[in-house]
This record gives sequence, structure tokens and C-alpha cells, in this order.
Amino acid sequence: MTRRLAWALPPVALLALFFLYPLVLVGRQSIHPDTGGTSLQPYADVFASAAFREALWTTVWLALAATVGCLVLGFVLALVIAFVPFPGAKAVARFVDVFLSFPSFLITLALLFIYGTVGMANGLWTDVTGAAEGPFRFLTTPWGVLLAEVTYFTPFVMRPLLAAFSQLDTAQLEAASSLGARAPRIVRQVILPEALPALAAGGSLVLVLCLNEFGIVLFTGAKGVTTLPMLVYSKAILESDYPGACVVAVVNVLISVGLYGLYRVVSRRAGA
Amino acid sequence: MLVHSRTGKWAVWLVFLVLFLPLFALPLLVILAASFAGHWSSVLPSGFTTAHYTAATRGEALQALTTSLVTAVTASLLALAVGTWAALAAHAAPKPVRRVLDTLFVLPVAVPSVVVGLAVLVAFSQPPLLLNGTRWIVIVAHTVLVTAFAHQSVSAAITRLDPAYEQAAASLGARPSYVLWRVRLPLLLPSLSAAAGLCFALSMGELSATMMLYPPDWTPLPVLIYAATDRGALFAGSAVAVVLMTATLIVLLAVSRVRTKASYR
Repeated sequence: MTRRLAWALPPVALLALFFLYPLVLVGRQSIHPDTGGTSLQPYADVFASAAFREALWTTVWLALAATVGCLVLGFVLALVIAFVPFPGAKAVARFVDVFLSFPSFLITLALLFIYGTVGMANGLWTDVTGAAEGPFRFLTTPWGVLLAEVTYFTPFVMRPLLAAFSQLDTAQLEAASSLGARAPRIVRQVILPEALPALAAGGSLVLVLCLNEFGIVLFTGAKGVTTLPMLVYSKAILESDYPGACVVAVVNVLISVGLYGLYRVVSRRAGA
Repeated sequence: MLVHSRTGKWAVWLVFLVLFLPLFALPLLVILAASFAGHWSSVLPSGFTTAHYTAATRGEALQALTTSLVTAVTASLLALAVGTWAALAAHAAPKPVRRVLDTLFVLPVAVPSVVVGLAVLVAFSQPPLLLNGTRWIVIVAHTVLVTAFAHQSVSAAITRLDPAYEQAAASLGARPSYVLWRVRLPLLLPSLSAAAGLCFALSMGELSATMMLYPPDWTPLPVLIYAATDRGALFAGSAVAVVLMTATLIVLLAVSRVRTKASYR
């Protein structure tokens, strides 16, 4: 028995040295800065600053809105791929997998060409209407971040959904259909209940990933959009304010880990 | 099977295309087009050139590519070793211990990568382990971030493993080390290679933690792409991004070939 437990020690020791110990140091730095003294002053300063409160609010509403968007869009797209299949639907499903292996900031980079000030959409507008400039300027606002996050994270919802749909018995749909149910009703009463566990699991994963997203916000390059990870970066690297960065980091970790714990409980209940 | 009428089907497919193409296919196509473009000030790019690729495959960019590849391969292999070891040990341990181990190793997914970067920076900028300013600090951060994914996929595969094989081997007198090396690991090979591919892709695209701690002489591709777009060189950045995507896809393809070979054994 003890020998078996001893086998678990080396990987745990490595994790403790390279992950847990650094995290503890961040926690310690936030109340006990290297400059000396132990106080909750950094917390008081950070909580009192308008920048922090705004970043917290932006992070939370962006993450919630992106999650809802991903759930709706992912559900619709997965529904079509699984139940109204077209030639090439398999290829689309594989494309979704490939999409997941690319970094998130590429989406923002692409959106710059599509909706940027001299991009495709504005170019089309000026060509057609003859106006001097196009109307699309949402890219450097939170809406640009929202669009990028919905685009990038929707595949994270589609994957578990497609897996769940592949296990759904077609006979159920045909029985409902032969009893006179129309497509919207079948979706609502047969497919949706089956999809709920996958939706819950995918949705909470996306929520956590959106709360932690950094690349998309960094590439947007907007001074008006600051999220908690962005605040950690700017405080630590741009301002060299390590105690402040550590305080924001602690808050961010608490929110994300709390939600991720919830996700684990939900997905275990769902058996996903 | 859900929509029976012909017009209904076409309507649904049309909606699918209208949602899918602009959101998912267009971004990748646009980056590809931009990497060849000289100007882009109207609907379509113009002034096609391969100059960005000539720049993206030499000098600074080539060095960034090797940096990314070395970092990703090292981090994936380390993460795979540690994650697999932890998953095997957790599987053999009693249930409460297994729970604790699983939770510990999944934690890096939940902690924001920027915070992982900050934590590693804070911890290894001071003795006893002074890694700041070396390439190892980047590799350590990447390893921590991808270990969680390696652990998760390997431990899912271990629970699906049929215990009959190892029991048969053990009943024929094979020692535990022999069972592990000749029975369990070969059976796990498909999921190990899948996990390796996942870790590699994640590490290749890692930006958040890297931005916190990369030393000037160890600049991975994502940082270079950010630097290029930040100074307005969008087309050059796109060419480097295409190089990044291509390198990732080639490795993923190679890894998936390992998987198919193993699963037909």
C-alpha cells in the first residue's frame, strides 16, 4: 500500500515545486510584498481603484455573454451537422477539431482584416455607397472581443454536443415525428433534454476559458477593454507593480477555480 | 432525419452556411490571403507578393520557429511523462487519494495562464532556483500549463483500459514493470500520442504566460506575431501566423499517423 502511494510522490513533488509553490508565493506577495511589512493595504488599494472594478465587471459580463453566444450558436450548428446532415458534414466536424488546435489570437488578427478601419467590410461599404469611411468600428470595443471569443470558443461547445448527439437513438426522433411532432417540438422535447449535460459541461468550460482569455484582448489592443488577466499583465510587466498584480491574480484565480470546481461537479453528475 | 421537406432542408443548410462560413472559415482564409498581400485597403487584398514568406522563414522569424518547436517538443514530452506517471499512480491508489491527485493535476487548467506566468516569474526570479532570463523559465511555464491536459486525457484512457490484458500477463508470471512496459503502455499508445499532439498544439500557440516571462533571446512565434501586429506589420504577422499553423498541422498529422498504426496492432 505505502509503496503504491510512494509511486505518486515524484509527479506530485514536481507539480508542487513548479506550480503550487509559485502560486503560494503569489498569494504571499499580495499581502507581504518584498518591500517589507505585512498588510492588506494592496488589497484595499486595488479594490478601491476604478480600473480594477471596471476590469472585473468587463471580465464577468464578457465571459457570460460569450458563453451564452457559444451555447446558442454551438447548439444550432451541432444540430444541423448531426440531424440535417449534408455532404461534407463530416469534413466540417473535422474542421472544428482543427480549429481548436489554433491559438485564439489568430481570430482577432483575422477580424482586423475583416472589420478593421480599412478592412473588407468597411471597404465594401465605401465601394458601394461612396462614403469616405465605413460604419464598422466596433473592433476596439468590448463587442469586438465578444465576437472573437464567440468565434473561438464555439467549437468547445460543439465537440461535446456532437459526441452526445452521436449516441442519441434515431428511433426516438422518428417515433416523435411519426406521432406528428414537428421539428421545433422534437428539438425542444427530445433533443434538448438529451443535450443538457453536454451543454452544461461545454458551457462551464467555455465560461472559465473566457474568464482567463488573454490573447484575444491583447491583440485587440484597445485601451478601453481591460479584463482581469490583462490587468495582471499590465500591472506586472508594464508598471512593475508586483504586489498589485498579485492581488488581481489572487482574485482572478479565486473566481476561475471556483467556477471550474462547479464545472467538474456538473460534468461528473452528467457523466460526461 | 429532422427536417423532411426538400425546401426545409435547403433553408436549414443556408442558415448553417451563413453562420458557419463568415465566422469560422473566413478568418482562416483571410489570414492566408493577407499573408500574400501587399495592400489591403478595399474589399480584396492586392499587390500579391511572397516577400512576407521570405522574411518569415529566415532570420528572426526562423529563430522564433525553432524556439517554438524546441519549447513545444520539450514541454510536451516532459508533460506527457509527468502526466502519465501521475495518472498511472493515481489509478493504482485508493479512491480518496485518486480524487486529490486528479484535482491537483487539473488545477492548471482552471488557473488563468497569465497568473501561471506571473507565479513562475515570481518564484524563479529568486534563489534557490534562478531561472529568470533563461529559456528554461518559458519551458517550465509551458510544461505546467500542458501537463493538466496530458494528465486528463491519459487518465481518461486508463479507466477505459480492459484490465483483462494485464491480469492475463500477471497470471502468466510477468513482473509489474514488464506488464507496464509491454502491455499497458502499448495499449495506451494511441491516447498517449493524441495527448502529445494536444500538448504540442497548445504549447505552440501559448501566448499569455509567455508574454509574462520570455527572455529576449528566447522569443516564440506567438510573441513575434504580436510584436509584428503591434507595430502595424499586419501582413508580415499573418505570414508568420501561417507558418505557425502549418508547423502545428504537420506535427499533428504526423502524430495522428502514429495513432492509426498503433490502433490496428
